[in-house]
Amino acid sequence: MSGQRTEETAPPFDVSRIREDFPVLKREFAGKPLVYLDNAATSQKPQQVIDALSDFYTAHNANVHRGVYALAEEATTMFEAARAKVARFIGAPDPATIILNRGTTESVNLLAHSYGRKFLKEGDEIVLTELEHHSNIVPWQFCAQATGATLKYIPADENGILDLSRLDGIITDRTKIVAVTGMSNVLGTLLPLRELADAAHAVGAVIAVDGAQLVPHTRVDVTELDVDFLTISGHKMCGPTASGGLYGRRELLEAMDPFLGGGEMISEVFHDHATWNEIPRKFEAGTPNIAQEVGLGAAVDYLEGLGIDAIREHEKEITAYAMSRLQDAGARVFGEDDVEQRGGAVSFSYKEMHPHDLATILDEQGVCVRAGHHCAQLLMRRLGVPATTRASFYVYNTKEEVDALVEALAKAEGFFGF
Amino acid sequence: MSLEELYKEVILDHYKNPRNKRDVPDAPLSCHRNNPLCGDEITVYADISDGVVADVAFQGQGCSISMSSASMMTEAVMGKPAEGALAMAAEFRSMMAGEADPSEDEFGELVALKGVVKYPIRVKCAVLAWDVLQEALQGAGEAAGAQPHAL
Repeated sequence: MSGQRTEETAPPFDVSRIREDFPVLKREFAGKPLVYLDNAATSQKPQQVIDALSDFYTAHNANVHRGVYALAEEATTMFEAARAKVARFIGAPDPATIILNRGTTESVNLLAHSYGRKFLKEGDEIVLTELEHHSNIVPWQFCAQATGATLKYIPADENGILDLSRLDGIITDRTKIVAVTGMSNVLGTLLPLRELADAAHAVGAVIAVDGAQLVPHTRVDVTELDVDFLTISGHKMCGPTASGGLYGRRELLEAMDPFLGGGEMISEVFHDHATWNEIPRKFEAGTPNIAQEVGLGAAVDYLEGLGIDAIREHEKEITAYAMSRLQDAGARVFGEDDVEQRGGAVSFSYKEMHPHDLATILDEQGVCVRAGHHCAQLLMRRLGVPATTRASFYVYNTKEEVDALVEALAKAEGFFGF
Repeated sequence: MSLEELYKEVILDHYKNPRNKRDVPDAPLSCHRNNPLCGDEITVYADISDGVVADVAFQGQGCSISMSSASMMTEAVMGKPAEGALAMAAEFRSMMAGEADPSEDEFGELVALKGVVKYPIRVKCAVLAWDVLQEALQGAGEAAGAQPHAL
């Protein structure tokens, strides 16, 4: 660990101790230890989170915000405590500005519907980047089709580097929403969010950040970044699947229409209309993912215990090592070279081997990577490849696992005889 | 040489030296599809004359499984009655579902792809060309370039 830690309370970043917290890492496949390098898809879960889920169902399960009995009060308190933890984790001063839901996909759909359809009209523009995950493209296409607004893209070059030099021509007074990823799920590229937020605000637009890859890996402060919306995917940050949420600036959330209709999101229901509950419950129709969000609260505690800055330093070190070893082995690594500009999602191509073939052979060595277009077909076209192989790192990954990846590449090369 | 190694050789041979891989811009029948999982794409061209597959070719890019399957497919159905080619597509799908175990006499080199059944996620790769062939033969792929699975 060469990096500087800023948290005074954080213990030393001891990866072998951290690995003890993740039971699945003890598994073997075909006699080889699991080397899990698909963290951009989903992270593994520490025992602390598994226990939180189990404890909730074992001792505290009841529906929230409804029952007058003590058990329901406990469940509600735990659910709301999770909301407060998520708020604190991303620098949101007011927990009511955190809508808890299934994560980024649901959050972007919510935004495109509840903000987009309400406030956009023909002639307005939505600005995206060519790095975006399909979940931050397709909901905006729905919105554009429904409102007559048009989509514009900040272009990426053939190495996946965004061209931010001509923002003036892209973010204009027609722009109403700038919707960008905080960190590319394919290349790990970190976007200059404050700069983009300032550019959006200068023309009266709002900025919505897809934080699925960003929030698990770096310190995020929505107040400092001055972003209007931020999505959070709990399952990529040690939390349960279907946990996560959306941060939104209070006045925007209050002005928006609801997304899903149902119980809990209403104030009063009449024969022909209804009035809405206060935020955040206006956006939380039906029984929420109570146990999962409680589990997310435990995940936030876990990550804060490790220290988010220490996590970032660890990942920079692993990422730099992986990029260097992959390049030495003859792989083409896409995206930014400088680990200050990128996180730990490393996409590469290797010789002439198709990523799918490579991933199957790596799997036989116990190495889990992702092969495919990573739900980012616009970017794949820019890179000029149908697919890439991606290794992505998290708190428990080691240099030895990077070595295992590179050794498995050599085996694959032997198999195909390239 | 083990059977598995033999199969590997067959697959790699078709992958590196694909048969009937060419554009046929004026083909009477064609269909284009992609595999939404991995971005592989394939176009199958066919010409049916007197109920017989007079010509069949493919173009595309993809993994060793999808490309070798396409290459073997063109060899297997060339010159066959169109009905027989469709029946073979159905039989191939059954083989990849682990429900049929055609002999080498029936299926020739295509049996080399049997091993893919062990990798459920890759079965789609093996079947892609056959799906596209079927659509092309049935005329469903007239709008070449249509991508039913756009995502």
